[in-house]
Amino acid sequence: MNAFAHDVTFDSVEVGDSLPAVTSKPISRTTLALFAGASGDHNPIHIDIDFAKAAGMPDVFAHGMLGMAYLGHLLTAWVPQRAVREFSTRFVSITQVHAVVTCTGRVVEKREGNLVALEIEAADQNGDVKLAGKAVVELP
Amino acid sequence: MIDRSFIGKTFPPLHVDVEAGQLRNFARATGQRDPVYTDETAARAAGYRALPAPLTFLFTLDQDREDRFYFINAMGIELGHVLHGEQAFTYGAPICAGDRVTLTCTCMDIYDKKGGAMEFVILKTQATNQLGEDLGSMTGTIVVRDPK
Repeated sequence: MNAFAHDVTFDSVEVGDSLPAVTSKPISRTTLALFAGASGDHNPIHIDIDFAKAAGMPDVFAHGMLGMAYLGHLLTAWVPQRAVREFSTRFVSITQVHAVVTCTGRVVEKREGNLVALEIEAADQNGDVKLAGKAVVELP
Repeated sequence: MIDRSFIGKTFPPLHVDVEAGQLRNFARATGQRDPVYTDETAARAAGYRALPAPLTFLFTLDQDREDRFYFINAMGIELGHVLHGEQAFTYGAPICAGDRVTLTCTCMDIYDKKGGAMEFVILKTQATNQLGEDLGSMTGTIVVRDPK
């Protein structure tokens, strides 16, 4: 049995339903270095503390797109990726090194055409919201 | 202040190859546990012709260039003052390993808030593949704090 098998249908979801939450491992400096390499986002503010300090920041901090990748996992653990029609987020606050990010989401609207609108969020271990986003999925 | 004449400007298109190793590397670096993103067999079983690129991967494809800070440099923005404000994706045909993707980035808007203490740059990138299929688009909002 594939843990990522999907059986969500338009008729099976209701407004207010929650998506199963997804939690990251703690974000280390190594996480940021590997993500810089893998994502191609080489902005030194995420990997070079000297650069970050010179830019007036106390430390390096996580790439916004790392948090968005985690939000993507929330969506594709719930429905197949091809169901996702739109996915967007605001980067609400900086995600610090050592954060553990938990992604949550809920159904906010069912629309014509088997479309389901979601509100999604990534928050750290203190409950501080880091990313606040939306998605639209098309369900069978 | 960023030159407002960049509004409406389209940068030269970028052609990039989507490679399986690059996709696996991204999956590992993000803690992805779904085998569809790392295992060719699982990907095919899920109906993809090869490993699929994850939802945010268009952003990564756009970095595959000699000068990945191309618009930041072209606009004379201080890199250390850049923050990512928002990011949005719309989706068309799936992007898979082996595809050649063409990305075309246009500056949609530049504006400031707080009396010029923060500037915002909106960039929209359209993507197509080697078959001419629409892969969707991404729109990013870059925030520049204390612009020069």
